[in-house]
Amino acid sequence: MASIATSQTILVVGGGIGGMTAALEAAECGKQVILAERSPTLGGRTALLYRYFPKMCHPTCGLEINLRRLKGNKNLRVMTMAEVTAVTGSRGDYTVSLKISPRFVNKNCTACGDCAQAVTAEIPNPFEYGLSKTKAAYLPHAMAYPQRYLLDPSIAGTAEGEKAKAACKYGAIELDMQDEIVELKVGAVILATGWKPYDAAKIQPYGYGRFANVITSVEFERLADPHGPTGGKLLRPSDGKEAKNIAFIQCAGSRDENHLRHCSRICCMASLKQTQYVREAYGDDAANGGKSTIYYIDIRAIDRFEDFYLKVQNDPTVSFLKSKVAKIVQDDAANLILHGVDTEGYHRYAVEHDLVVLAIGMEPESNGIKLPADIIVDFSGFIEGSKDGGQFGAGAASSPLDVNRTTQNATAAALRAIQVIHKTATVETANG
Amino acid sequence: MSESNQLNTLNQQAVARYQNNFLKEVEDHVEEGQWVKMCMQCGVCAGSCPFGAHWEHSPQKLFMMIRAGKREEVLSTDSMWLCTSCYNCVVRCPRKLPITHIMHGLATYARRLGLVPKGQPTEEFATLFWNNLAKTGRINELKLTLGHYFKDGLISGIKTALGMQSIGIKMVLAKRLNPMEIFGGHGIKDLKGFQAIIAKAREIEDKKHGAAH
Repeated sequence: MASIATSQTILVVGGGIGGMTAALEAAECGKQVILAERSPTLGGRTALLYRYFPKMCHPTCGLEINLRRLKGNKNLRVMTMAEVTAVTGSRGDYTVSLKISPRFVNKNCTACGDCAQAVTAEIPNPFEYGLSKTKAAYLPHAMAYPQRYLLDPSIAGTAEGEKAKAACKYGAIELDMQDEIVELKVGAVILATGWKPYDAAKIQPYGYGRFANVITSVEFERLADPHGPTGGKLLRPSDGKEAKNIAFIQCAGSRDENHLRHCSRICCMASLKQTQYVREAYGDDAANGGKSTIYYIDIRAIDRFEDFYLKVQNDPTVSFLKSKVAKIVQDDAANLILHGVDTEGYHRYAVEHDLVVLAIGMEPESNGIKLPADIIVDFSGFIEGSKDGGQFGAGAASSPLDVNRTTQNATAAALRAIQVIHKTATVETANG
Repeated sequence: MSESNQLNTLNQQAVARYQNNFLKEVEDHVEEGQWVKMCMQCGVCAGSCPFGAHWEHSPQKLFMMIRAGKREEVLSTDSMWLCTSCYNCVVRCPRKLPITHIMHGLATYARRLGLVPKGQPTEEFATLFWNNLAKTGRINELKLTLGHYFKDGLISGIKTALGMQSIGIKMVLAKRLNPMEIFGGHGIKDLKGFQAIIAKAREIEDKKHGAAH
């Protein structure tokens, strides 16, 4: 028999919707859970979405429910700015090292925002995919948990940092905070480390990074969000004009042996959803308002999503062109001309758009991070789990999943982790 | 049996053998033909081809036609003969199909069966190039150039040659073109060995596809 767990704590790595779900499900079963998140807030990429498909409801709703569950649960401890640096030991008896980065703001913070008022230094906003700037003393976003400001490390030892400290009425700013290393004993680990958008600049013929008005689908979510950098207006980056003739390019990075080998599954539905943002912004008069064109190989709106696909097909503001765009050229007005050949008739086209949204593929956030040797990943780097059966991938870390399937998958991972802990407890009781 | 009759026979045999399964025929006889079924019809090759607008059928369309059993249309089109081997399609293909090689494979197979459109310039030049090379193991640039200029008769040959005169003189001065090559030219040391290699390669090819040469 493999090792007997000496610890009955479950560690969940990653505080996005998957990690929150796994942690809550396990904690609500009465297990001790630690939820470690690398960034300053829970919510992950879900908090950066404007709406969910197919019901077009707002992610803030689900996040709020989860935060409420979390605040009311004594079994769950949340650590933010905490990054796992090492996991040693085996199933039932792991030792985990965490590096806790300084926030420079303690728990006295009331999120009043006086420090942000006082500070003038700005940084690219990490919670807007760099689309806007934020003060170097900032609250990540409206739904941030904990609701506590932080200082960017770049101003910690400077006059700017002192300004923030002077402005704080609650003594919440501590400029001499240092990195902390913490060691934990846990019995099981759930790796809910999530996903990241594929680096669009690598898809050379589409010109992302060279052409200002070629953006990614995650950036488009921010444009559509009233809390986002444009206040919810679909403004194109080059000149701030309203984008009305928008192209969506599917399989941008996915299903491509040169980029991501897998189908990212969510992008078809994400683009179908985003056409409805365009309709919402300009109405349903395609001639005078906005229009969306989806360039696709095939639309993968699986099972019940088919209804949503049918609805969008019947939308007069949306048209579909069956073709993977071969290349994009930019003209003098920073408009974009999409070149290719369509598969339904093999017609050569060159179509102009004022904004191009790349339905960017999902890759595991853990790609590029050295994982312990006994973690099994698939050909794209998605995490299956550890060989000893005590660590489990969950949510988008384990497979390209939408929010709905992430929560299902994370619940399953919580159950697996509970089984490890439960077995341990039973053995201990028998021995004791 | 004359050569053209022999080619025709080979064509008939292929038709009889593969009936309505042209994809299988391509897989068996066209270089890299086994990749054709991997095409997912995204259209990136067609859109990336610098000569794309001049092709009767793009690679993407050819792959679909092969799967649809359009044997005559595929083998007798001159589309694949327009491929310049720029490899744009190969580097962009999301399924990593060796499209350039498949185009050359289709051209070679059509030629083997005698189905190339008459006077197709790429085929004519390729033949000229091959015959020139096979003789001595080295390209005789002077003879190749002249052969190409005079392919459509004496008058047009003289016209082309005069038109290219200044370039020719510069090439001679830069020692890139030797006028003495007209008397046979230089070859490789082991010509017999070279010809034995070619003969063996042909033997292997014929065994694979049925004799036709």
